[in-house]
Amino acid sequence: MPDEAVIDQHTTPERIDDVVIRFAGDSGDGMQLAGTQFTASSALFGNDLATLPNFPAEIRAPQGTIGGVSSFQVHIADWDILTPGDSPDCLVAMNPAALKANVHDLVKGGLLIVNTDAFEERNFAKAGYDTNPLEDGSLDAYQVIGAPMEELTKEAVKDSGVKGRATLRSKNFFALGLMSWIYTRPLDPVYEWVTKKFGEGSAVANANISALKAGYNYGITVEALHHTYEIAPAALPPGEYTNVVGNVATAWGLIAASEKAKLPLFLGSYPITPASTILEELARHRNFGVKTFQAEDEIAGIGSALGAAFAGRLAVTSTSGPGLALKSETLSLALAMELPLIVIDIQRGGPSTGLPTKVEQSDLLFAMYGRHGESPLPIVSTSAPSDAFDAAFEAARIAVKYMTPVILLTDGYIATSSEPWNLPDIDALPDISRPFASIENGDSFLPYLRDEETLSRPWAIPGQPGLEHRLGGLEKDSLTGNVSYDPDNHETMTKVRQRKIAGIANDIPDVEVHGGGTGLLVLGWGSTYGAIRTAVNRVRAAGREVAHAHLRHLNPFPKNLGDVLSRYETVLVPEINTGQLTRLIHAEFLIPTVGYNRVQGLPMKARDVEGKIHELLDEGAST
Amino acid sequence: MTDTARYERSDFQTDQEVRWCPGCGDYTILASVQTYLASLDIDREKHVFVSGIGCSSRFPYYMNTYGMHTVHGRAPAIATGVATANPDLTVWVITGDGDGLSIGGNHLIHALRRNVNLNIILFNNQIYGLTKGQYSPTSEVGKTTKTSPMGTIDRPFNPVSLALGAEASFVARSLDMDRDHTIAMLKAMHENEGAGLLEIYQNCNVFNDKAFADLTDKGTRDQNRIWMEPGKPITFGKDNEYGVQLDSAGARVVEVADVGLHNIHVHNPAATNPAAAFALSRISHGPYGPTPLGIFRDVEAQSYGRALEQQIAAAQQTRGPGDLEKLVRSRGTWMVPSA
Ligand code: SF4
Repeated sequence: MPDEAVIDQHTTPERIDDVVIRFAGDSGDGMQLAGTQFTASSALFGNDLATLPNFPAEIRAPQGTIGGVSSFQVHIADWDILTPGDSPDCLVAMNPAALKANVHDLVKGGLLIVNTDAFEERNFAKAGYDTNPLEDGSLDAYQVIGAPMEELTKEAVKDSGVKGRATLRSKNFFALGLMSWIYTRPLDPVYEWVTKKFGEGSAVANANISALKAGYNYGITVEALHHTYEIAPAALPPGEYTNVVGNVATAWGLIAASEKAKLPLFLGSYPITPASTILEELARHRNFGVKTFQAEDEIAGIGSALGAAFAGRLAVTSTSGPGLALKSETLSLALAMELPLIVIDIQRGGPSTGLPTKVEQSDLLFAMYGRHGESPLPIVSTSAPSDAFDAAFEAARIAVKYMTPVILLTDGYIATSSEPWNLPDIDALPDISRPFASIENGDSFLPYLRDEETLSRPWAIPGQPGLEHRLGGLEKDSLTGNVSYDPDNHETMTKVRQRKIAGIANDIPDVEVHGGGTGLLVLGWGSTYGAIRTAVNRVRAAGREVAHAHLRHLNPFPKNLGDVLSRYETVLVPEINTGQLTRLIHAEFLIPTVGYNRVQGLPMKARDVEGKIHELLDEGAST
Repeated sequence: MTDTARYERSDFQTDQEVRWCPGCGDYTILASVQTYLASLDIDREKHVFVSGIGCSSRFPYYMNTYGMHTVHGRAPAIATGVATANPDLTVWVITGDGDGLSIGGNHLIHALRRNVNLNIILFNNQIYGLTKGQYSPTSEVGKTTKTSPMGTIDRPFNPVSLALGAEASFVARSLDMDRDHTIAMLKAMHENEGAGLLEIYQNCNVFNDKAFADLTDKGTRDQNRIWMEPGKPITFGKDNEYGVQLDSAGARVVEVADVGLHNIHVHNPAATNPAAAFALSRISHGPYGPTPLGIFRDVEAQSYGRALEQQIAAAQQTRGPGDLEKLVRSRGTWMVPSA
């Protein structure tokens, strides 16, 4: 451990409850890495946190331009927070474009750390500045701290073995070091990570550690910084925590489901942003018996998964909106064959390629209705990175128990964000296995003879003698599964497929209401959870009554939902779409709702929901 | 056939009425497949038939094995899932020229290139039968159909060339009516571990009757059927008067008397390089004139399913079997004590 990094603090840090920090730079500046490492240190320190990475769809968008800006926002706190924060209190801008793209979000009076080396004529033009913003007074509302990060990094790494332009690559570590000093973060976790990643004593490891220390020391020596902050560990519920990214938690939930269903896991998938990391994560875990298959296209992704389901595996396919469109036909076949299959849709901005790296909740109606024929299937949603494990497990439970494809909706925000996750008691996870079909000797196997309670059909898999059977897309006889064109049989089958899915309502928990009153209920689903809960808590803390209900199951709805909604005078439904849950609620319950709809490719902001709640309460008070 | 056959053909028949048109070539292929399976000492429940959409794709309903009748064109992808999930199964794909080469062309070439443990039987009748007579991706140029009243201007695929281009481990061609030959090809394909494609010229007597007349009519068939046999010079004709010569310009039909038997190409389907097989596949671009029949390529290569199982075994050996408790802690944890 480099000991000279143990540095005396000249100042007593100011204790603050929470802070929102945004690292912003060019795509190539390593801001995601700096942010992730800052987050990791904070997590191990015991803060609560939530992150929001934001990057361009292009891998290397033109350098120095607004389009090429990549950022990473982290909210750290000594209390139980639920969102990555609405506006940063501190912004790190590695170049003028990063400044221009982000400074309008910075709170007035906030801390602005800039890499002054990048503030030169050439870059002003690329970012669209006529004058140097550091000198023209436009940043007077902020506390600006400039550091010549490139010069200082070059100097710091000169003995590391890294040469030439490559020396500049460590400047993100300089920024990280400086930020670690300002916010009193431990450096040890970063040392450990760098050593593990680049190899002890390697030139790159040396350079990064030198730059990190240089940044930290710069904080100490520069007079402009006479103030540091500390955020105490959060008083989270007791337990063992890890900092988990949504897609990773989803992948782990599938592995857990595979163990508890006693079925080997099979993922057929085609790379697509922001879903690919599920495929990547599962591909790393072959030792769990996980088979990942990178298909030639989205259709083969679901096709291979359907084949694996027929063969008796816990079958999954993962994708994002455009891929879900391609999977639609096979999804209907899975539904007709009544085989268990989990389809994960990481929603992103649409239509078409839309905003591939941004968040949206605009596939709900597509998940609900985007198939030919009468094709109902269950929809489960994820509300946060720390919820993704449970949501994936629940999707698998329903798929296996009810012999049905299940759509698991998450989104681009949950996929890439991280937050502390209170580790589950693995032993206490329920057994979700079901026996494969069996018959008495001499009987013939009836693949569509249903369980009376669940209406689920038996699952026989190749290799089981005496249970040979054929499944197909043609309508099946309601017992034998043989092809049937009989009119009554088709109606029977259509209705039973519907009843089976509707009946799942008996097997899911009631929706819970947080808060009280009978005036205003905020109803949400998916990744708006954190923003809504934070907003509702703030309004309640201000002494006004408002309640929050959040849906995990979107089809079927929890049995008590209609009752809950009818208890309130007003139901507010915030969504990152133009009102999709709203439409489902109207159709199902004929209950009027008020929508709050944003579609900017950004997570819902607590402040905005809070404002809307106050507005509705004010209206209610005045009528 | 073994003396102590476990099964009879009837063990592989279902109670479902076979609904192809009377006289359709599909009947003969069904009989060949059932006869071949009955000759094996493989448990019936280990066979899985996966098909797409089309006349031939009704096939699984008539096989008393496990089966899936799926989505148009997607059978190779779905079968890839079955075979990769459980490599101990024997997975058969039933497809046609429309299903496998048009809407499902992408899945077909990728299943072949990956060497998935699949036996793919492509029923080539050069027409869309189920949708009643539109031209297909193997229809000859100029063919007049309902959707090409002035004749097609599409150049057709040669399925064997396509499969060889995708470097399938096994590629062969047969004729529906020649049951013994079909069964021999099924056997050879089945014995090859990896991906195999068997193209069978199948007569659609309703919409494209006698498309293979050159190869089936008494008067023409002897001079047009080029039977290829491993290790033998490729000669054909009533008196083996014709042969195939191969050089850098490709393969061509010659008279044996003109070039001498020693200059006739000796067939070696086990050659790693598919170039010679490809050249042979170019002798005819369809069942017109002299057309090679038999095995074009038959090489040993580990199948996709086995390779994946090997990775799992290797991962379990080096890292131990998966441990969920460890996995969720793999990125570092911290404790929040009770207050
Ligand atoms: S249409 Fe042609 S291919 Fe189809 S069943 Fe009839 S004869 Fe056979």
